[in-house]
Amino acid sequence: MSGVFSPTRAKIKERTLRTDKWWLQPLLTFSVLISFVIYATFRAFENDNYYKDHLISPFYSPCLSEACVPEATINGFTPVSAEILNFALSPALIILIFPLGFRMTCYYYRKSYYRSFWMSPPACAVAEPHKKYTGETRFPLIIQNSHRYFFYAGLVLNVILTYDAVISFKNPEGEWGHMSVGSLVLLVSSTMLWLYSMSCHSCRHTIGGRLKNFSKHPVRYKLWSWVSVLNHSHQQFAWFSLAAVAFADIYVRQVASGAWTNFYFF
Amino acid sequence: MTLERHKYDVLVIGAGGAGLRAAVEARESGLRVAIICKSLFGKAHTVMAEGGAAASMGNVNDKDSWMVHFRDTMRGGKFLNHYRMAELHAKESPDRIWELETWGALFDRTKEGKISQRNFGGHEYPRLAHVGDRTGLELIRTMQQKIVQLQQKDGRETGDMESGIKVFAELTITDILKENGKVSGAYGYWRESGEEVLFEAPAVVIATGGVGKTFKITSNSWEGTGDGHALALKAGANLVDMEFLQFHPTGMVWPPSVRGILVTESVRGEGGVLTNNLGERFMFKYIPDVFKDKYADNEAEADRWYEDQDNNRRPPELLPRDEVARAINSEVKAGRGTEHGGVFLDVSKRLPAELIKKRLPSMWHQFYELAGVDITKEPMEVGPTCHYVMGGVEVEPDTAAAVGVPGLFAAGEVAGGMHGSNRLGGNSLSDLLVFGRRAGMGAVEYLKKNGANPVSEAAIKAAAAKIQAPFDRQGGENSYSLHAELQEVTHNLVGIIRTGSELKEAIAKIADIRKRSANVAVTGGRKFNPGFHLAFDLDNMLLVAESTAKSADAREESRGGHTRDDFPGMDNKWRQVNHISSFDGEKVNVRAQALPPMPKELFELFDVHELEKYMTPEEVAKGGSN
Amino acid sequence: MARNIKLRIWRGDSTDGGLKDVVVEANEGEVVLDVIHRVQATQMGDLAVRWNCKAGKCGSCSMEINGKPRLACMTQVASFGEEETITVTPLRAFPIIKDLVTDVSFNYKKAMEVPAYEHPANLAPGEARMEQIDVERSQEFRKCIECFLCQDVCHVVRDHEENKKSFAGPRFFIRIAELDMHPLDTLKNRKKTAQEEHGLGMCNITKCCTEVCPEHIKITDNAIIPMKERVADIKYDPIRWLGTKIRKREGL
Repeated sequence: MSGVFSPTRAKIKERTLRTDKWWLQPLLTFSVLISFVIYATFRAFENDNYYKDHLISPFYSPCLSEACVPEATINGFTPVSAEILNFALSPALIILIFPLGFRMTCYYYRKSYYRSFWMSPPACAVAEPHKKYTGETRFPLIIQNSHRYFFYAGLVLNVILTYDAVISFKNPEGEWGHMSVGSLVLLVSSTMLWLYSMSCHSCRHTIGGRLKNFSKHPVRYKLWSWVSVLNHSHQQFAWFSLAAVAFADIYVRQVASGAWTNFYFF
Repeated sequence: MTLERHKYDVLVIGAGGAGLRAAVEARESGLRVAIICKSLFGKAHTVMAEGGAAASMGNVNDKDSWMVHFRDTMRGGKFLNHYRMAELHAKESPDRIWELETWGALFDRTKEGKISQRNFGGHEYPRLAHVGDRTGLELIRTMQQKIVQLQQKDGRETGDMESGIKVFAELTITDILKENGKVSGAYGYWRESGEEVLFEAPAVVIATGGVGKTFKITSNSWEGTGDGHALALKAGANLVDMEFLQFHPTGMVWPPSVRGILVTESVRGEGGVLTNNLGERFMFKYIPDVFKDKYADNEAEADRWYEDQDNNRRPPELLPRDEVARAINSEVKAGRGTEHGGVFLDVSKRLPAELIKKRLPSMWHQFYELAGVDITKEPMEVGPTCHYVMGGVEVEPDTAAAVGVPGLFAAGEVAGGMHGSNRLGGNSLSDLLVFGRRAGMGAVEYLKKNGANPVSEAAIKAAAAKIQAPFDRQGGENSYSLHAELQEVTHNLVGIIRTGSELKEAIAKIADIRKRSANVAVTGGRKFNPGFHLAFDLDNMLLVAESTAKSADAREESRGGHTRDDFPGMDNKWRQVNHISSFDGEKVNVRAQALPPMPKELFELFDVHELEKYMTPEEVAKGGSN
Repeated sequence: MARNIKLRIWRGDSTDGGLKDVVVEANEGEVVLDVIHRVQATQMGDLAVRWNCKAGKCGSCSMEINGKPRLACMTQVASFGEEETITVTPLRAFPIIKDLVTDVSFNYKKAMEVPAYEHPANLAPGEARMEQIDVERSQEFRKCIECFLCQDVCHVVRDHEENKKSFAGPRFFIRIAELDMHPLDTLKNRKKTAQEEHGLGMCNITKCCTEVCPEHIKITDNAIIPMKERVADIKYDPIRWLGTKIRKREGL
């Protein structure tokens, strides 16, 4: 008997006496995240329907494989071979580690999956099922401390995805100055990604949080103040950006597969 | 069962600001110190102090100096203060504040990076060092952490962090023990287990705070039961001027469960305005003659003061607390009060919402969560609440030694004399620091000449018998209902406005409750039993109430925290008199004693015309005592 | 407008105990502590409960109300449904003493383990100059009223008694952060000891401490995560680590 059932504690047999629907939040988080993972896995291996008329899916950008649709690459830059050990390698898998790593080590997502997947704890003041707990002190969870490197990598990706959004302001003939629903979708998704990155706790630390005296660094203090404001909404940006990226991928897939037509405003 | 015994050089009873400051001082001089707290460490009533600590550092207005602070303090106390205490306090408080900073305190800052200071009632210049509206918490935490620092140092040197200074939390002291006329220790019990403890210590510092729980509507927590006042009385010390109780003008009045909880004076310092139910800003009607030249008599000037303090007089909302409390009392009595028997205090029209939340965060919080009122949009309802006792143990100013009991010291609210008939806001936090330190120093000096004073078995037996008594009685009175009865008596008969006949009635009623309290029986066991705890607190409160009622009956004038309906004026003859309470084992006796006169150099700090308002012509003519 | 409400109060001590049902009167505007006091004065004279200021400023009346760690003086009776039974128990992370009172000495022990503030040796009293923006971060943490609700809710010790040895808890992470961000503190190695001695790495930032804080201190976002990042600077970031070695700024 450990935890709240330890012999020294008040003898109460319930794991929790909470009367509210404390299980709802972890259940929702679990459902949404697991749906995303299933969809993303399917898409990552699909190796198709990621490019059409200057629209590229954020799952497949940058497209670095020799197998990439040529128009989807950055000026034909394809350093990775199309196959590894005779298996066709989806271009999505090459870059997957970066966004995946950024989100896996994100302080907000850590909270949400520790709660909803690992139930450590499932909710506040609800006893967790585990016998032992060592937190983030050992391998593998000690790797969470690398969050800042994924943040840096995420910035590079954001630049590329923003470039993709800019490119989408071309019509199928490659002429600038046109805008379609697809351009808006990519614009929203890349903007949300910027907000998610800029509100990141590692960003807040790097930009000024690590300083002891703000008054000696007025510019960094100002930046830190802005990032702090964004940081309040990190949770929201985490979900919005996830949804926006997923929708951008769905949209491109539907357009690329011919199911939907990309409507051009002008 | 063997009795738990501890030996220390100094025993500090009370872990509020004064007690902790005394403990730090004694430990830094190399003595072994025990600190007793009735509740958990760090919960003392000092945390409730909101506004700030007054110290003439001159960070915001460099015209400030100890002389100005001294004058303000004497004026606020209507010249009944012990001049030497007011002098020491004014001179030493800046050093005490700066010292806290070297211990890690983080006060709010001025643009130059100095400690910021705010305006407060009765203070001529912005003088209160503060941290938002939680200054008391900052003081307690800083000293609590200073004590941890001393313990860590002891730990490095001896291997035991608690070898030099130890905190005994949730322990009540029931007796101060004496042998051969000198203090030998104290006796008490653990609140948790009910088991008894003996402390052998030749020096005891009492720093137990106030007596608010004697009254029905009070800002004090359950701890403010006058323990130190009663312990000192029973040990043979005197209380001075117990008739003076400060009713803080602004306590919450609604909802009933929070009635009495403090609304900091900073609300008025930041521009809060008092109005009655007609919307009238009534304080202009209540400026007493002695303050006419310092306070604005019209709204325009009062409003300008917030921008330009050099060329305008202060708004009357910032009059000393006794004046404001009486004014609110009169308004409510005249039928111009709010629905729940208070008046309106509004800061929402003066400051933008963001600034209110920044400058008065805990007030915003308190009203929003406890009363459902958003003070950035609506006015608060406030009324007077029993807040502070100016009277207390009679002490030697320089050493804080209790008069008449060698080895006993008192500091903070439990000590008397410093604030005269009325305390200025902000002076209590600096009082704690200045006289807490002096009590520690006093104990150090005393122990240089006096060694251990062993406790006799007879004294232990007597003290133990007292603790057991309520358990041995059957079917006696209930301590909760006696307490409620006492609060009813003090509230109705010894409250803000008093008359001779009511006071005499109160004295008789208190004596009656006291007689019945001798029969209080306790149900349940000794283990954490609040009914048992209250039985002892009740005894203390009864002694304090008796002392207050008798002193109030004797003083036939109105001054500061003592207002007599039958003697409405201030009488300069009465200014020369202190009321000294002593205890003969049966009842409290009150006698008059001459107030020590100010020496020439302090006397000359005042304008003679001002002194004429307070002193008899003979005193003024004499011009100081030396 | 008094009405009767149903309370279930845990009564007992370290040997045994259980929830007892009582019906008690409640008036408009009252908080849970008020009705507990009424129970004490009228029905259970020896019901043990800690309290002091009754204004949310001292942090004494910490308990669990309908399973949530809260201050009884800041929990309005009206926040529960008319027919709802309000269940009140002692804090479940600490050893029970009696009824609603627990032994919170764990926290005081941890307080003694955090190295104290160190003032610059050459800076005399009154000479310190600090700008408001430099003290604000630490000031937020100094709002802490030590109610220990965060310590109670933290699953690291609530659910794992054995972790109490090596884990200081959220209250003391904000204390360490406060000192590490204090503009004048000169003690080196606070980050290193936070990780190696006070168990910062045990925290998995599930944020319950922030959720229960009655002072609304952003414990996780403003103290624990910044400290984790500072620890990463000196322990887990090879580039920063190299930088500090070269520029000899170890530990700051």
